[in-house]
Amino acid sequence: MTYFIDRRPNAKHKSAVNRQRFLERYRKHIKRSVEEAVNRRSITDMERGEKISIPTKDISEPVFQHGPGGARNIVAPGNKEFLEGDKIRRPSGQGGGGGAEEGGASNQGEGNDEFAFTLSREEFLEFVFDGLELPHLQRKPLKSLEEIKMVRAGLARDGVPSRISITRSMREAYARRIAMRAPIKRALKEAQEALAAEERKDPVLRNPARVVELKAEIERLEKRIDAIPFIDTYDLRYHQLAAQPQPSSQAVMFCVMDVSGSMTQNHKDIAKRFFLLLYLFLEKHYEKVELVFVRHHTAAREVNEEEFFYSRETGGTIVSSALNLVNKIIEKRYPAGQWNLYVAQASDGDNWDDDSNICRDLLVKQLMPQLQYYAYVEITPHDHQSLWHEYETVAAQFPERFAMRQIVDAGDIYPVFRELFKRRMSQER
Amino acid sequence: MSVNRKPIATGSDWNFSVLERFDEELARLADEYRLDTYPNQIEVITTEQMMDAYASVGMPVGYHHWSFGKQFLSVEQAYKRGQMGLAYELVINSNPCIAYLMEENTLMMQVLVIAHACYGHNSFFKGNYLFRTWTDAESIVDYLVFARKYIAQCEERHGVHAVEQLLDACHALQNYGVDRYKRPSPISAEEEAKRQDEREAYLQTQVNMLWRTIPEPPAGVAPLPGSLHSDDDPLGLHTGGRYPSEPQENLLYFIEKNAPLLAPWQREIVRIVRKLAQYFYPQRQTQVMNEGWACFWHYTLMNRLYDEGKVDEGLMLEFLQSHAAVINQPGFDSPYYSGLNPYALGFAIFMDIKRICDAPTAEDREWFPDIAGSPWRETLEFAMRNFKDESFIQQFLSPKVIRDLKLFLIVDDDQVEMLEVAAIHDDRGYKRIREALSSQYALSVREPNIQVVEAAIRGDRSLTLHHIQDSRRPLGRSVYPVIRHLQQLWGFPVHLVSMEDGKVTRRYHWPVEEESKGAG
Repeated sequence: MTYFIDRRPNAKHKSAVNRQRFLERYRKHIKRSVEEAVNRRSITDMERGEKISIPTKDISEPVFQHGPGGARNIVAPGNKEFLEGDKIRRPSGQGGGGGAEEGGASNQGEGNDEFAFTLSREEFLEFVFDGLELPHLQRKPLKSLEEIKMVRAGLARDGVPSRISITRSMREAYARRIAMRAPIKRALKEAQEALAAEERKDPVLRNPARVVELKAEIERLEKRIDAIPFIDTYDLRYHQLAAQPQPSSQAVMFCVMDVSGSMTQNHKDIAKRFFLLLYLFLEKHYEKVELVFVRHHTAAREVNEEEFFYSRETGGTIVSSALNLVNKIIEKRYPAGQWNLYVAQASDGDNWDDDSNICRDLLVKQLMPQLQYYAYVEITPHDHQSLWHEYETVAAQFPERFAMRQIVDAGDIYPVFRELFKRRMSQER
Repeated sequence: MSVNRKPIATGSDWNFSVLERFDEELARLADEYRLDTYPNQIEVITTEQMMDAYASVGMPVGYHHWSFGKQFLSVEQAYKRGQMGLAYELVINSNPCIAYLMEENTLMMQVLVIAHACYGHNSFFKGNYLFRTWTDAESIVDYLVFARKYIAQCEERHGVHAVEQLLDACHALQNYGVDRYKRPSPISAEEEAKRQDEREAYLQTQVNMLWRTIPEPPAGVAPLPGSLHSDDDPLGLHTGGRYPSEPQENLLYFIEKNAPLLAPWQREIVRIVRKLAQYFYPQRQTQVMNEGWACFWHYTLMNRLYDEGKVDEGLMLEFLQSHAAVINQPGFDSPYYSGLNPYALGFAIFMDIKRICDAPTAEDREWFPDIAGSPWRETLEFAMRNFKDESFIQQFLSPKVIRDLKLFLIVDDDQVEMLEVAAIHDDRGYKRIREALSSQYALSVREPNIQVVEAAIRGDRSLTLHHIQDSRRPLGRSVYPVIRHLQQLWGFPVHLVSMEDGKVTRRYHWPVEEESKGAG
């Protein structure tokens, strides 16, 4: 007896629970690998999984085994030249005495010291933002800059010839023709029937005048039918266009970071996550997101991502230099009418005292009116300095679009955006 | 000989009706050969489902544990990188016998797999004495369902973490969950579930009885031993000064019945792991035989199909290539060598038994007087039913197979500088090689021999185990993590003593004591 069963439609991912259990158990190891990956990768390159390696010894399931040593008999196949009593030099490398199962038979390329597997993209991001309570990024439309787009919106009786809707015009014409012909055709039919009846009569009884009359009538009606135009001007229909506001599909994100001597690599790694989070958020909403990296100490410069995160500089700090540069770049390359502008700034709070109020004025007067959102993080466990206080006044003026937060470690990052996400969510309803 | 060739199907595509017709033919031939099988349940699955099946050691239903997730990840990784092809087939010892076919397989592969698994392995499961003794094909699937539900319930009640730790500890000892010399009572899932509550209560009274002396016997209860009814002491363990009175090799059973601090649900989980270990116990000891038997039959059945004109030359050539790959045995010096291939060895021995029956040489008559010239089918059946790898090789490994595979014996003694070739495929060597290869497959040689010798029920409640060391082969480094797990289950200190020839060679303790730190 044999039964065949097609199991293919059955649920997949039977092991999903076990997989989650595994990831949970080795959370620490995986987190370490993910952190290394985040530091290694570009901000725009977070949308894929990651290969994770965990040392086998940390992951093994121990059982009682024989260790190396003692005397063993081994039967092997493929003897070519050995004779009984031959002595063979011990193969160099692992094991000497050849521990039973320990060390494993790893002569197949891959070493056995590492247990390697791949995290999926979702799992990877989850680890990146571990503890950050990542909001559901999808499905929350941003109220963003609107640009006008002309879309087809129904039909109209007049328009330019290039927008004629041929099918609709023809359909109108067809309807009109049917409607106009119907009464004439009916009269024609009656006349023809009357004529036929007249002609069937005995010639003596036939009324010749009536026949002539009917023939003239038929001719007249046929002419009228022919005269109905195939298409008429009032059949014509034109596609209509309506102006529709459309959310702009492009955004630019400015990453502004202080790279003066006081910013350590650790500060920068935290900042990287901060930028990353905003980037991921924007990426969900815009077809195109451009990144501009502006770093500054006493002077600001636009750089590439590599240089932004990893080269070191020393010196003092003048924040307004960066804000000025951002403003210039916006004027030159990203006119506010066409781009959604976002700025994310990270610093340790240092600034020349005199400079902070310049920053405030720059923000209030020039930048904020153009920007969608400005997020500022101060990565320091210490007290605030003048820059923070000046920014507070900016935040008071633009509570909707200006967010600032002091953070000590990566877990504090998400709350910076909480305002941003929350506001969008409530708007959705 | 000209055969009127009317293949059932050609090409490499298959569909269910074609498979059914092939199965009918194979069933007819199997019947002709008197292969006794369970009914077959053939399930067609996708690659991912196959990886799932792998990860749960081929169990159709399994409880949740991180180690299965690890297994899944490593299979997936290896498969995706192309380092490993998935097995074309997976078969479960159950009634009906469940076999998985992968949808990507070609027609030839499906037919081969049906022959191999559904008639080869299936008849082995039904006939071999180890499987008959240790497993109950009728109830295994039900038992798995019960185990999964029970463990899920425990997770809900006691937390995933607590259950996971317990399972970790049990898994570490799962190779020590069988009484090798006692026959088990068959497991029945229904009873299992029905009597489980009873058992919980009963087990707990057992343990209470055992530990009643500690720290103070309650008033009115006579101290151990002597007061116990034989009913209360099913193992007869309480008599005599030492407990247990005889060494116990079934560590999980001992824990389940005697660990002082385990809660009833914890004992039940220990029992589940033990029962499943018992289910796999025959498989660990019959790999060569089981695969050899299945290969023998797929080879025989496929050739019959060809002889009868049911398959065309193309399919047959594809089959032969695949068959040759399966039974390939690279030499010890080949980069592809990873030990003896159980398929190759088993197939060679079964084919050779047939040859000895059909066309014995003078050598065969000398070595196998009982079977030389006997009817091959009966002899093969006898070999399949009554042996395990160890005894099968001891009994049936012929000089011809030793010569064909060019087997040789190396002695690796860490006190001698060089390895020594102790025997090769010649008259002087056959017996030694056979002896050595046989013991290479003996569980008692493959795994360290460890037994419980004393639970200090009147003292500090510590548990002492002996490792009977052989040929100076010490325990591997994993011994500490394992006894740590053991200590978690037992709840009190655990001592493990390695002994060889009555002399102590090493002591291990958990929690680690000063003494062993010095020794380590």
